[in-house]
Amino acid sequence: MLSKISAENVNVYYGNNHVIKNVTLSIKPNEVVAFIGPSGCGKSTFLRLLNRMNDFIETFRMDGKIIIDNEDIYDKKIQVEELRKKVGMVFQKPNPFPKSIYENVVYGLKIQGIRDKKILDSVVEKTLQQVGIWNEVKDKLHQSALALSGGQQQRICIARTLAVEPSVVLMDEPTSALDPISTATIEELIYQLKKDYTIVIVTHNMQQAGRVSDRTAFFYMGELIEFSDTKELFTNPKVELTQKYITGRFG
Amino acid sequence: MSNSYIKWNKLKDLIFKWYGLLCTVAGIFILAIFLYTIIADGWDRLNWQFFTSLPSRRPSNAGILVPLLGTLWIMILTTIIAVPIGIAAAIYLEEYGKKSRFASFIEVNIANLAGVPSIIYGLLALEIFVRIMGLGRSLLSGALTLSLLILPIIIVSTREALKSVPKSIREASYALGATKWKTIWNAVLPSAAGGILTGVILAISRAIGETAPLVVIGAMLYITTIPTHPLDDFSALPIQIYNWLSRPQKGFIENATAAIIVLLAITFILNGIAIYLRNKWQSKVKW
Repeated sequence: MLSKISAENVNVYYGNNHVIKNVTLSIKPNEVVAFIGPSGCGKSTFLRLLNRMNDFIETFRMDGKIIIDNEDIYDKKIQVEELRKKVGMVFQKPNPFPKSIYENVVYGLKIQGIRDKKILDSVVEKTLQQVGIWNEVKDKLHQSALALSGGQQQRICIARTLAVEPSVVLMDEPTSALDPISTATIEELIYQLKKDYTIVIVTHNMQQAGRVSDRTAFFYMGELIEFSDTKELFTNPKVELTQKYITGRFG
Repeated sequence: MSNSYIKWNKLKDLIFKWYGLLCTVAGIFILAIFLYTIIADGWDRLNWQFFTSLPSRRPSNAGILVPLLGTLWIMILTTIIAVPIGIAAAIYLEEYGKKSRFASFIEVNIANLAGVPSIIYGLLALEIFVRIMGLGRSLLSGALTLSLLILPIIIVSTREALKSVPKSIREASYALGATKWKTIWNAVLPSAAGGILTGVILAISRAIGETAPLVVIGAMLYITTIPTHPLDDFSALPIQIYNWLSRPQKGFIENATAAIIVLLAITFILNGIAIYLRNKWQSKVKW
């Protein structure tokens, strides 16, 4: 099967700091892949390579190739904005704009110049349905998104990401700021989204990786140590380091 | 040993508490005396005639129509001139300017400009706007002068407001495929609007109270016509106050205090709006 995302010999430097070391991996369409590893192991940095969010860091340098849908995303011809529409991102802390729920969801469409109210209305309903929050908020679409709870805010942020119709969704510890119940709903949501999207999720929570992902990649000190089926990785790790990490002997 | 140490610290705490209270009360007390004397002297003079009359040689016939309209004109023109330039400069410095030595040089100098005595701006304006550009002692000259004066204030406060917008808001926008311009326009500016507006209003309220630079550019004429055009000669409230206070007759002093009440009222209203906006935005935007 063709891979959706593939990375070949990727190295990342922040100044003289070598933070990603020769990583090669590939992710299949409609797969949920979890990145695990201790803090500072490079998993978030690697995630942010996939929609070029590291470009904002002044000292950032990389070599190697990252290919999404047969395109080298670091090629000069690539429009970064187009890439980011295709590869959406959900952040660690819910970060809704200080605008209404409605305006949050249609933000990505409005900046593309889409103003047709019928289209916007239908996208709002569809995406809020998708994230399972429509019934909770349909009567207060024009109230500030900041008035919602953390879990609701995060679902608005996911809806906002889905509204621009990405095919890949990156999630950077999407539940680490949420309570267990909200976490469970987001995990359920990830499971639902799998049929339409390729999902890459960074998590500190190994149970979460076990629950939501098909395959898991373990990063350590900038290197990809092991990447295999989630069940396999957690029950029968090939590398000793992985074994130590998942059994909590360091991390 | 340690017991006496704690006692001594508690005593220091108490002393500072009372000292702080004294300082606070002193400020309020002085303001209260000031307001009381002004209002006691000038309140009776505030009637319809005072607001609608042209200047006159007789204090009881004189009014503030011309300087009041001058001040309103100046307020509007200064806003039109200074606000777009100030905000644009702040956006450039904060969002586009690279963090270079040159940038920090500019940054320090803008902060310095905010501290330059206003009469210096008046001298600059006299040469450039009144003489070289030939705008004369017009409303436009006055507004340009005050714009120069408040530009650094607007730039500094707008930059602060932009800085306070968290990185996560920008990231959210970029991650949805927004360009830098779209991100600034649709995500950063709306999030910073409260802070920007507060800074702008405080700057304007500073501008309308300024006297010295307007005196320097020569807005001290005895003007009996209502200003209707940006190139008309003008007077403004602080100048009228200055003018009346220099007259010997008691009636003019009374006029001056009444005009001070009007000027204070305008300033207080502007500052009140600024505080209201700040509170409203603070309660709306919680990061």
